[in-house]
Amino acid sequence: MIEIQNLTKFYGQIVGVKNISFTVEKGEVLGFLGPNGSGKTTTMNIITGYMPSTEGTVKVCGYDIMEEPAEVKKRIGYLPEQPPLYMDMTVTDYLNFVAELKKVNKKVKKSQLDDIMELVKITHVRKRLIRNLSKGYKQRVGLAQALIGNPEVLVLDEPTVGLDPKQIIEIRNLIKALGKEHTIILSSHILTEVSAVCERVVIIHKGEIAAIDTPENLSKNFRNMSKMSITISGPKSSVINLIKQIYGIKYVEAQTEKEKDVVTYIVECDKDLDVRKPIFFAMAKAGYPILELKSVGMSLEDIFLQVVTEEKEVN
Amino acid sequence: MRAIFWKEVKSYFYSPIAYVLIGMFILISSIMFWPNLISAYGEFNGNLSSMGYILVFIVPILTMRILAEDRKNGTEVLLLTSPVKLSEIVIGKYLAALFVFMVMVLISFVYPIILVIFGAAITPQLVGGYVGFILLGASFIAVGVFSSSVTENQIIAAILGFVFLLIIWIADGIGSMVGGITAKILYWFSLLSRYEDFNKGILRLNAVIYYLSFIAVFLFITIMVIERRRWSKG
Repeated sequence: MIEIQNLTKFYGQIVGVKNISFTVEKGEVLGFLGPNGSGKTTTMNIITGYMPSTEGTVKVCGYDIMEEPAEVKKRIGYLPEQPPLYMDMTVTDYLNFVAELKKVNKKVKKSQLDDIMELVKITHVRKRLIRNLSKGYKQRVGLAQALIGNPEVLVLDEPTVGLDPKQIIEIRNLIKALGKEHTIILSSHILTEVSAVCERVVIIHKGEIAAIDTPENLSKNFRNMSKMSITISGPKSSVINLIKQIYGIKYVEAQTEKEKDVVTYIVECDKDLDVRKPIFFAMAKAGYPILELKSVGMSLEDIFLQVVTEEKEVN
Repeated sequence: MRAIFWKEVKSYFYSPIAYVLIGMFILISSIMFWPNLISAYGEFNGNLSSMGYILVFIVPILTMRILAEDRKNGTEVLLLTSPVKLSEIVIGKYLAALFVFMVMVLISFVYPIILVIFGAAITPQLVGGYVGFILLGASFIAVGVFSSSVTENQIIAAILGFVFLLIIWIADGIGSMVGGITAKILYWFSLLSRYEDFNKGILRLNAVIYYLSFIAVFLFITIMVIERRRWSKG
């Protein structure tokens, strides 16, 4: 559906992205993960034809973006990081304008716009000026705009940024639903978001691809250690000593002391070992009750740092 | 292109800009028309020349937001990633500004109509003067659209447009001061010398073609400016 080969973009001397290649299959939801300034938006801008690449090719549905831009643009709906809204227009006027811009057939226009407004739940605000809408609704209008013309491919640049938790969940569910019929590329810097909606993830760093895999594999492969947070009631120094003696423990760190002698510890151990039982028995024997024990998942930052440091070691 | 044209026309008339500018134009041109009434002076071509001068101030304000605003608000992405050609975007926007200008022209017909009612004749000078006035305005708008494409700041776009138009306005004067070959070149390029011909009732095809190519060249440069920025966007 989307083929990207050796994509390179220079901003003068500065590298935007370098030698990026990946493909997206029809109906796939691909996550694009990376910190700010890593080249996510640059890549998306090139795929959608907003700016040309310095080198490399992008093909969408078999059409090259440089050779047949109109054919590609017809097939892509793009929601940039800042939704491209005209603040002085009403929602209906704006969506009508976009529909005309995208050359949607007049006969189907009205029903299509009604369907889209229903889908993203903006029907009740359709007569209001976009200027007066909340951030969440503006985002939805932006999404509605991308859906007009029923494009096969959707490119969404940080679609949930700046929304409240309830809105984030709604937008995610919406994207999941859209993923059944559309091919979607979605960028984000939040791992949970990507693992919630994406089937495959591309991690990008300093304009280069650091890893491509499913979210599950990524967290699995990059988790050499398993990490736990344990809250124990007992004197700090002796607890630390006891934990350190247990086989397989690599690292212990005491965090804040909540009450007197109630401390939360971060414990890391080899990923194949289960140290929960040994810790329990050791603490029970010493008479220090465990108040809480939970495993700490790897955040994108952790995985990301690992990806980057591993690369350095290889080099 | 139609979508962009109508969207721009609507946004002119939904906001106060169109009304304020049209109002300003009517106010100043009416003040200029006052002497015609009190001294029962039936000739209108002098007024047309002065109205051309009003355009130097009004057109930059009319066109300042036309491309700069899209760039600033990020709506440029929407336009450039839609299946509409860049040339269609620029021409659509140009025509929208031209539309507002034509509304001004239409309203200004009131003055000659008043004169005709009081017994003045419709002369070739009058018709020629109007044709020239419209072509001059259309050329000015092309310069304004160009100014709006080089910056994302509307104020700078307006000032830039004003400076360009002022240079065009005084180019003839500078030419006659300097004299020699410079004067000839300036005179050849001059929009105003041709306008004066129209005002005398001389309708020359090559002058019309000159204005139209002037517009085409400025719109073409505008497209090039946007295209170039896409390639070097940083």
